Amino acid sequence: MTQHRDRPGTDILTGRMMDGLQQTRTLAWRSLLQIRHNPWQLGDFSIQPILFLLLFLYVFGGAIAGSTGEYLRFILPGVIVMNMVFVTVYVGHGLNTDLTKGVFDRFRALPIARWAPLAGRIVADLVKQAWSILLLLAVGFLLGFRLGTSVTGLLAMAALVLTLALAVSWIMVLVGVIARDPEHVQLFGFTALFPVTFVSNVFVPVDTMPQWLQGVVNVNPVSNLADASRGLLVGGPVLEPTLWSLAWACAITAVFAPLSVWALNRRLMRG
Amino acid sequence: MSDAIQARGLVKAFGVTRALDGVDLDVRSGSILGLLGPNGAGKTTIVRILATLLRPDAGHATVGGYDVEKQPHQVRQLVGLTGQYASVDDKLTGRENLVLIARLLGQSRVEARLRANALLAEFGLTDAAGRAAKDYSGGMRRRLDLAASLVGRPSMLFLDEPTTGLDPRARLELWSLIRRLVSQGTTVLLTTQYLDEADNLADAIVVIDRGQVIAAGTPEQLKARVGARSLVVRAREASNIRALTEILLELTGTRPTIDGLRLTTPASDPALVPAVVRRLDQTGLTVDELMLRSASLDDVFLSITGRHVEPDDQAS
Repeated sequence: MTQHRDRPGTDILTGRMMDGLQQTRTLAWRSLLQIRHNPWQLGDFSIQPILFLLLFLYVFGGAIAGSTGEYLRFILPGVIVMNMVFVTVYVGHGLNTDLTKGVFDRFRALPIARWAPLAGRIVADLVKQAWSILLLLAVGFLLGFRLGTSVTGLLAMAALVLTLALAVSWIMVLVGVIARDPEHVQLFGFTALFPVTFVSNVFVPVDTMPQWLQGVVNVNPVSNLADASRGLLVGGPVLEPTLWSLAWACAITAVFAPLSVWALNRRLMRG
Repeated sequence: MSDAIQARGLVKAFGVTRALDGVDLDVRSGSILGLLGPNGAGKTTIVRILATLLRPDAGHATVGGYDVEKQPHQVRQLVGLTGQYASVDDKLTGRENLVLIARLLGQSRVEARLRANALLAEFGLTDAAGRAAKDYSGGMRRRLDLAASLVGRPSMLFLDEPTTGLDPRARLELWSLIRRLVSQGTTVLLTTQYLDEADNLADAIVVIDRGQVIAAGTPEQLKARVGARSLVVRAREASNIRALTEILLELTGTRPTIDGLRLTTPASDPALVPAVVRRLDQTGLTVDELMLRSASLDDVFLSITGRHVEPDDQAS
């Protein structure tokens, strides 16, 4: 059924790997193509983060930081991180839709790499993540944000946020596999992710909070990542929050990647 | 002729439910096998195992000579699958769906587009090619599903209830498409709840119930067993049932099945209806309904298992 092109000089394993990557790219293209037909989806990861940024900046900025200009330096990296967490819901939502509607089985019945459908979904969502970061940075610069570090710092921030996005995606894969329907994925997204992102230093400095809450906030990976992003964009301590963020990324992936794949196979074998 | 599909002793349990309980199956190359059974009989489970989507708990199966468990990749290269659970992406257009599958199968952009357009034309979807699949009618959707399973020119096609829920016209259209495919040499495994569908399309029929094969043969053999038609008599009063039973027993030689006020009996002899009418006239019995109808899946069931089809007795 497949037209396997002969690749002189490559063994079968490499050939299969190349095919798998090509298939992943095709499946990622398909996920992104859906946006063209449902432009409202674009709103969720474009307009929503901008709204968040503007609301917090102009409603709370004066109260929290004394001036909106000062608060922008604090909140822009924070909103980038918060938005990253919310956008990962799409991985679970899209996967669950594919599973419940039978699209996933259509792919599984094709002679393609076993991991390509899942990889395609995750890659597509990393593209959405990159777009969101770019957009928020652009709006930030329009509002008067200035880079306190360098372009290297900016790129490192983007790379770090995407790394965490990849890790958190594995949690969402699990949610997408377990949830009965796409609506439940979204429900989970709102009920679980709102507290996790708000009980952090994304919006306000941690020292304004009661002592008991500070402990929670300080170990929250969202806080670590927000600190690291501030360091890389504005300036300040970088190494420690970055290492904490990376440690969290490794831990989340180590737990949730095998768990998600196991749950996915279980669900597929059951149906 | 060689067997394109061979299954021996397939067993699959979901929790405590035994979906398949030792199923054997043979499909000759280039033929259509109709897998007939009520909802929840295990038809879909068989197709999913043969399409490598599920692993059997016991037994083994080969498709095109390849073992479905040990050589799934080779099996997938041979098989096109269409069913409610193997669906197109309804957010994409018809054309995008076909291009997507062609690209996944390793075709170049140009090849994929040509193949998609050819299939769209063949299935009468050219005008709808640019519309999202979710806006398609039921019949168009099934045609797109079928086209999607044909992108890679599979030599075997698994169709899981391809016409369930379609109106009669769309059903006939799909039947003629399936016939055309088989005339080009494709082997087809078709599951259906409708005897007339299996009768119309299949070269051989396997009747399945509660995970077991309960009958197998050509459509003619099966119908001969059931009687191609049934005579249905509806008594006016319950007190008439005994007399009506006697009449039918005497004329057909078999005891009719009684369901409330309704008596049903196989009617292979065309002279049966006038004979029944004469006897009713002689005895002065009046009935509410007297009709001859084609044998249904329910009749096949009744004759083999002695019970009626129980709709949705378990999830499929």
